[in-house]
Amino acid sequence: MALDFDLIVIGSGPGGYVAAIRAAQLGLKTAIVERELLGGVCLNWGCIPTKALLKSGEVFEQLSHLGDYGLGVEKPSFDFEKIVARSRGVAKQLNQGVAYLMKKHKIEVIEGEARLEKGSPSPKVVVALKAGGARTVQAKSVILATGARAKVIPAIGLAPDGDRIWTYREALTPKACPKSLLVVGSGAIGVEFASFYRALGSDVTVIEALDRILPVEDEEVSKAAQKAFEKRGLKFRIGAKVTKLAATKSGVKIDLESGGKSEVLTAERAIVAVGIDGNVENLGLETLGVKLDRGHVVIDSHCATGVAGLYAIGDVAGAPWLAHKASHEAIHCVEHIAGVAGPDIAAPIPGCTYAQPQIASVGLTEAFAKKAGHEVKVGRFPFRVNGKAIASGELEGFVKTVFDAKTGQLLGAHMIGGEVTEMIQGFALAMTMETTEAELMATVFPHPTMSEAMHESVLDAYGRVLHL
Amino acid sequence: MTDILMPALSPTMEEGTLAKWNVKIGDVVKSGDVIAEIETDKATMEVEAVDEGIVDAILVPAGTAGVKVNTAIARLRGEDEAAAPAAAPAKAEAPASPAVPAPAAAKPVAAPAPVAAKADGASRVFASPLARRIADEKQVSLSGITGSGPHGRIVKADVENAKSAPAPAAAAPAAAAPPKPAATAASGQIPMIEQMGIPAGSYDLVPLDAMKKVIARRMTGSFRDVPHFPLTIDLEIDRLLDARGRINAALEKQGVKVSVNDIVIKAVALALKAVPDANASYTPEGIAMHHHADVAVAVAIDGGLITPIVRAAEGRTLADISKTMKDLAERARTRKLKAEEFQGGTFSVSNLGMMGIKSFNSIINEPQGCILSVGVGEKRPVVRGDQLAIATVMTVTLTCDHRVVDGAIGARWLQAFKGFIEDPVTMLA
Ligand SMILES: Cc1cc2nc3c(=O)[nH]c(=O)nc-3n(C[C@H](O)[C@H](O)[C@H](O)COP(=O)(O)OP(=O)(O)OC[C@H]3O[C@@H](n4cnc5c(N)ncnc54)[C@H](O)[C@@H]3O)c2cc1C
Repeated sequence: MALDFDLIVIGSGPGGYVAAIRAAQLGLKTAIVERELLGGVCLNWGCIPTKALLKSGEVFEQLSHLGDYGLGVEKPSFDFEKIVARSRGVAKQLNQGVAYLMKKHKIEVIEGEARLEKGSPSPKVVVALKAGGARTVQAKSVILATGARAKVIPAIGLAPDGDRIWTYREALTPKACPKSLLVVGSGAIGVEFASFYRALGSDVTVIEALDRILPVEDEEVSKAAQKAFEKRGLKFRIGAKVTKLAATKSGVKIDLESGGKSEVLTAERAIVAVGIDGNVENLGLETLGVKLDRGHVVIDSHCATGVAGLYAIGDVAGAPWLAHKASHEAIHCVEHIAGVAGPDIAAPIPGCTYAQPQIASVGLTEAFAKKAGHEVKVGRFPFRVNGKAIASGELEGFVKTVFDAKTGQLLGAHMIGGEVTEMIQGFALAMTMETTEAELMATVFPHPTMSEAMHESVLDAYGRVLHL
Repeated sequence: MTDILMPALSPTMEEGTLAKWNVKIGDVVKSGDVIAEIETDKATMEVEAVDEGIVDAILVPAGTAGVKVNTAIARLRGEDEAAAPAAAPAKAEAPASPAVPAPAAAKPVAAPAPVAAKADGASRVFASPLARRIADEKQVSLSGITGSGPHGRIVKADVENAKSAPAPAAAAPAAAAPPKPAATAASGQIPMIEQMGIPAGSYDLVPLDAMKKVIARRMTGSFRDVPHFPLTIDLEIDRLLDARGRINAALEKQGVKVSVNDIVIKAVALALKAVPDANASYTPEGIAMHHHADVAVAVAIDGGLITPIVRAAEGRTLADISKTMKDLAERARTRKLKAEEFQGGTFSVSNLGMMGIKSFNSIINEPQGCILSVGVGEKRPVVRGDQLAIATVMTVTLTCDHRVVDGAIGARWLQAFKGFIEDPVTMLA
């Protein structure tokens, strides 16, 4: 049978739709299969709608500090329905944007749920069409970009119950703002929802099993973040294991165990944010012999699965579960398929948390760098002595940089504070270009900006900090 | 108080020797004053003050080697304490470090001309800063490495992979075995020589200074990578010696004394103009045909050698060449040359005649296409017609980079050179 396409992409999140666009740019005849909404989790249920909510929360929180700026309003208030409606509107707009991009690049969108069958040169793609019936298509290559979903542990009640126990999906579209909330898990997703609901006045407690919040971040950042959140009234249970979560008549109840002691917490609602599971089911992967590891597809350095013509990218292919990681793998994978020299798959991937204050990092934490055998030089610079930060009233946080003492390689950068998510790319660029401390010191940072703290942090690592 | 820090004279410099202080405690220093001299691999550089003030303390005494870049070497006291710069720390929270605004903290002292002594070759090599630094540390030449980054840019991984390339073959045959310094540069493992049968305690290990390392690296690289061959010719120099006598008599009043080597430099330059194909450098992008004869002359100095350059020698008078050479050689011996005075020649001359060497074969000074080895001028029997006669003869050997200068070009150049040397008047033509 003649091949229908050069490339079929399954899933249209930031992994899948970016892969499809790049393939079309390179002249490949491309199709994309989506069972739900174009744009995947990222645009519809993840990155974007959460940021819309967080913005509402952030603006509302600022209203209570207006006095600091010489301003005032009568009585700040919010309309929760409108906040959620705005978030949905934003998601919808971007979803339509992806539809436009597919059309513009002449990418065929096949609406339905895909499944794979053995085939050559690549597996056959059988789509159960949304409109009814099935369609089988085949291409030279297939990219699996089916994403992931919230991890659930039903055995101890860590699973949505359709009413009071939520995952991110339900937490994005509630009818009302809960008066009290328990968030299980203090990764980026848990912390962001906690930050949002707290900003609107909810009584929020975050429960973390490990010994600190945001466990992937540098320890100093975790500590500073907890302090800053506590100042805003967030509560934490650290090193606490959930033994049971259950809905009650009036709300939810959590049994905790920490340090040998047990505790019971109650609230109106709970959010389960304990991790991510890859969408690897019902795809026929077992029949094809695709290797899986803890719910994710195993790939090589070109995103190949080991099955002829089958590749996997994004959340379904493992951590870090980030949209830009999915897109980066998409570009690398498609360029590899097309025989074009693509970007280094091992490029440093920044990670951001959009709480108040924001957190952003790239590369190794200080502890990890040391564990990896580096002799390190560490620099820090607090925003409280940065002119722009003082003028803006955003005194929280700092920039920390970790260098290899021998080579001057920037191993990692860690920031907490206002707008740091917009600044981390500077260090990502530096790391990708393999600059050393010398180029970073020689770079002129504009004054007054928060970014000057990045410069100072580098200077500090080499004993040359200016404003401290 | 302002600390003066050990400056980095090149992007790769990590430490240097603080050779000399030109100021002492209590001296008033103005911005721009030369306050100290710092020695790196090939040059001594002057350190200029950036700030004004009174020298309050000298923290590193003159003669200290291995001073790390950015260590405080002296402290200046303000005549009236400088004001704090812009943003003063807010009083808000109790800071972890002292909240007092530091007055103009630690500024590095600007270095004069940066030393690029470690740049390999003339053609620009694209490499990430980190790759460059690691290559430098590992003593790996970037010019031999293929880059895997965008547009062939050399990245860290390329250098790290190159590092494990096979070492040059061991044990050269007894005859003319060249010393192999670069091969032994492996990370501080002294016993290498002992593994090769030299018993411990039977030798002293002199650490490699920066100059030795550069020589070892560049010479090893050149000898290994440049396909080179020698061409040897005898020159009769009686007429030259005679001319030299007369020239020196004429220049006596100016206090100039032209050496045979000065005349060799002039003849080299004119021969390069006559045969421009020999004034060339191989680069991967093409052959660089040089506009001027910038003649580099090897000068032996304590601890190594250096090749100061007589720029555009083709247009200079003998008196000028002589004066220039004298100044360069003197400053070379005291390591006071600026980087641009010993980097970037187009042709080299090495003369061991004064040591009685009859003929020898130098190693190409990359990226130059040729190097001329000049032997002793001595009376030798020569055959004229069918008669035996006595003449002052000097043997020279031209080593050529076959990628730019093939046998015929080399021979033509030697012919032209021989013409100028044996009949110096023709240099006036
Ligand atoms: C609440 C939340 C906030 C987040 N915030 C951020 C953030 O701020 N920054 C960031 O970088 N990342 C964030 N993420 C993570 C980010 O959303 C994911 O990393 C990203 O969406 C992964 O992209 P992907 O293309 O791999 O998969 P997805 O975006 O999950 O897309 C997969 C698509 O495949 C479809 N699909 C699955 N199976 C099939 C099938 N069999 N047939 C057809 N279609 C199928 C799905 O319907 C889905 O549309 C967040 C995630 C969540 C949940």
